[in-house]
Amino acid sequence: MPDLSTTFAGGIRCPNPFWLASAPPTNCGEQVMRAFDAGWGGAVWKTIGEPITNVSSRYSSVDWNGQRMMGLNNIELISDRPIETNLREIAEVKKCYPKHAVIASLMVESTRDAWHDIVQRSEDAGADGLELNFGCPHGMSERGMGSAVGQVPEYTEMITGWVKEKARTPVLVKLTPNITDIRQIARAAKRAGADGLSAINTINSITGIDLDTLEPRPNVDGLSSHGGYCGPAVKPIALNMVHQLQNDEASRLPISGIGGIGTWRDAAEFILLGCGTVQVCTAVMHYGYRVIEDMTDGLQNWMREKGFARIEDFRGLSAPKVTDWNHLNLNFKIVARIHEEKCIGCELCYIACWDGAHQCIHLDHAHSTPPAIEAASRARISVTPIPRLDRGVQAEAPLARVPRVDEDECVGCNLCALVCPVESCITMERVENHLPRETWEDLVNGTPHS
Amino acid sequence: MGAAVPFAFQDNAEVARRFPDLHPAFDSNEALTEANRCLNCFDAPCAAACPTHIDVPRFIKKIGTQNLMGSALTILDANILGASCSRVCPVDVLCEGACVMLRYNKQPIAIGRLQRHAMDHFWERGAHLPKKSSRRRSQKIVCIGAGPASLACAAELAQQGFSVTVIERHALPGGLNTYGVAEYKLRPPDSLREVAMIAELGVEFRFGVSIEHQSDLAALESEYDAIFVGVGLGAMHELHIPGAHHNVNVAVYVVDALEFIARYKTSGNLTVGNNVVVVGAGNTAIDAAVAARRLGAAHVTIVYRRTESGMPAFGFEYEHAKQEGVVFEWLAEPVAIHADPASGRIVSLECARGGSNFHLSCDMLIPAIGQAPLRSLLERSRGPKYYTGGDCANGGREVVDAVADGKRAGVAIAKSFEAADA
Repeated sequence: MPDLSTTFAGGIRCPNPFWLASAPPTNCGEQVMRAFDAGWGGAVWKTIGEPITNVSSRYSSVDWNGQRMMGLNNIELISDRPIETNLREIAEVKKCYPKHAVIASLMVESTRDAWHDIVQRSEDAGADGLELNFGCPHGMSERGMGSAVGQVPEYTEMITGWVKEKARTPVLVKLTPNITDIRQIARAAKRAGADGLSAINTINSITGIDLDTLEPRPNVDGLSSHGGYCGPAVKPIALNMVHQLQNDEASRLPISGIGGIGTWRDAAEFILLGCGTVQVCTAVMHYGYRVIEDMTDGLQNWMREKGFARIEDFRGLSAPKVTDWNHLNLNFKIVARIHEEKCIGCELCYIACWDGAHQCIHLDHAHSTPPAIEAASRARISVTPIPRLDRGVQAEAPLARVPRVDEDECVGCNLCALVCPVESCITMERVENHLPRETWEDLVNGTPHS
Repeated sequence: MGAAVPFAFQDNAEVARRFPDLHPAFDSNEALTEANRCLNCFDAPCAAACPTHIDVPRFIKKIGTQNLMGSALTILDANILGASCSRVCPVDVLCEGACVMLRYNKQPIAIGRLQRHAMDHFWERGAHLPKKSSRRRSQKIVCIGAGPASLACAAELAQQGFSVTVIERHALPGGLNTYGVAEYKLRPPDSLREVAMIAELGVEFRFGVSIEHQSDLAALESEYDAIFVGVGLGAMHELHIPGAHHNVNVAVYVVDALEFIARYKTSGNLTVGNNVVVVGAGNTAIDAAVAARRLGAAHVTIVYRRTESGMPAFGFEYEHAKQEGVVFEWLAEPVAIHADPASGRIVSLECARGGSNFHLSCDMLIPAIGQAPLRSLLERSRGPKYYTGGDCANGGREVVDAVADGKRAGVAIAKSFEAADA
């Protein structure tokens, strides 16, 4: 059985890399203990600071094609419970679950004394590490905390420095994506001595507007406010930012990956780009702590299949495969192949290619345009087939609706394969053109055939 | 609810109780999920298979965006009886049978139920049919028969600004939609509501008027610029076997399938035997057999002269009948009806199979062996003013075929006056 246990950022041990992100699922000790019983490897406590007052409602979501919560938005603030209560419960959890990681997420006013005090108290309570919440995009930023810190490199460096003066456990800086270049903040954190990064925090968002009342969601007495967006929708953005951080020497630190992780597959992708642990929130808010079962089970099965014994065996393996566009081979040529035995005749590839790509998929040899084909169908007279009246009428041939690719014109863009609803019905096949690898950089530098 | 039904009809609670919807309505979330399952095929086979060429992916995607009014208008633009078609169409052999999902070993999209969802919304909003043109056209057109073909023809012409009159020999409009469709698919009030919507376009309806003689047609020819004949098929064939006529209680105990169906649907007469035998295995036979079961018959048998593979009913109708407890006797030919001489009641139907005869207990016999065409009327209605469509022209297909015919005729009639009005 592959070993999922790991040590993160120079000293945070955990039985598996799956942590609960700092959020409602880690509000209190009772919750965290149930989560550990369910199988979670660690938990980043709901951010501790001077208790706040929340509004109701607090969440809104984006549904897609009948699926709920493709994206989730919240305007909830940090913990609304006293600091002492949170710290006392951290101590209780650590006593019962010494092998699990408990990270204290912290946010206090921007003074050295306040940070020194909270760091001391958190570590005294038994926290295995500290996560500095410099990312919260709403409510706290207006008070000079959260993303108000995380959007200014100097503030990030200063406060991280104060924390490092005091901390004995690893210090993680949680980064906001609501900034032009996330590396600016990561570099500041690294300069100040941070031991790791958590990325990404939620993305500024307005999820939608009720078209009956014209009021935006979530609705608080007729008004709303921008919130933080998370869930499956944000994963590609998070992956890219994780990669940016890994690819930059001045930013590079152990990363706890966050952003739309709902399955073991998502987690594997974050780890393949270099993350040491991952954090989950929306999937748990949607389905409960039990989602961890398949996360660990699925990841282990995949590792076994791939021959990975430990997380470190595959961590970062895909990072070098992401490069800048000007390093891509311009002479790599693929074309679409439609496997007619699998084709169900929806013709989505045809219309996608005609309207959204390069007009190289055809339904006939005359290269009729889409409007001409639709007009011909409308003009056809159809009747309900009645056996008594229709003996001998031929049904449409099964292949009549299978489109055909003009491979000479196909640019290999993938669009037809992306829209095809049938697995492996359209494949992109390598065309051997006997041309050497050549990149844009080669062309600019005049050094082909590299 | 929608527009008030101007056609008086007394709803029967007992019938409603015995014939609940065969396919219940979707709720909003079910409809949304199902709509989103639709692939939105280009040049979609479902739309091509529909005789009225409803743009199925378009109306389904509008459900997906919760543009239900747009969805209903998309349906109505192609098929003025989109509401009843959503309930009565044999979708398995039409749109849903053409769904590409079937080639992917997946359930086809529930097009019929989605169509009903959009149309139910249209009714709930009390919406009205749009006109296609604000022009007032000078010509007058008459449609003979108030069934689906005539209604589609009348609606198309009224939407384009013509004066249209529909004449009908029955007391209610709708044709088989009102009188002949199984109750669990379409109830008379729903059929009548749909006709009321067409009446709102300004179509005039005249009931209790029969057109039979040359003189009737001549009168119409002198009054109208075009005549659409949408009279459907004629009376059902009778069983020509001993006993079918001499019995004093024939009117009660031998009743053809269409009469039997019309009776429970529209007259409040729910009489049914205990041992019912239906002769014939078409879709109407199945409707009658299932209705007999629902009305309380303990035993319902369908007698058919061929085997299962030769039956004209759709496969899904056959399956439904079996689920309702209808029993089938294959390769059986009725040869005589036997009655109790004292009471005059039928006691059995004698059938031949192979070389031998057998008796089926029977106290009610329902022949369902097809309808004769109205040949004489059709032969008389010849000339440049005449158009026809629906069952009387196509030999007897589905409501949706009649709607397609009627609409095409309406478009053709309108076009024929284009030059005159230009």
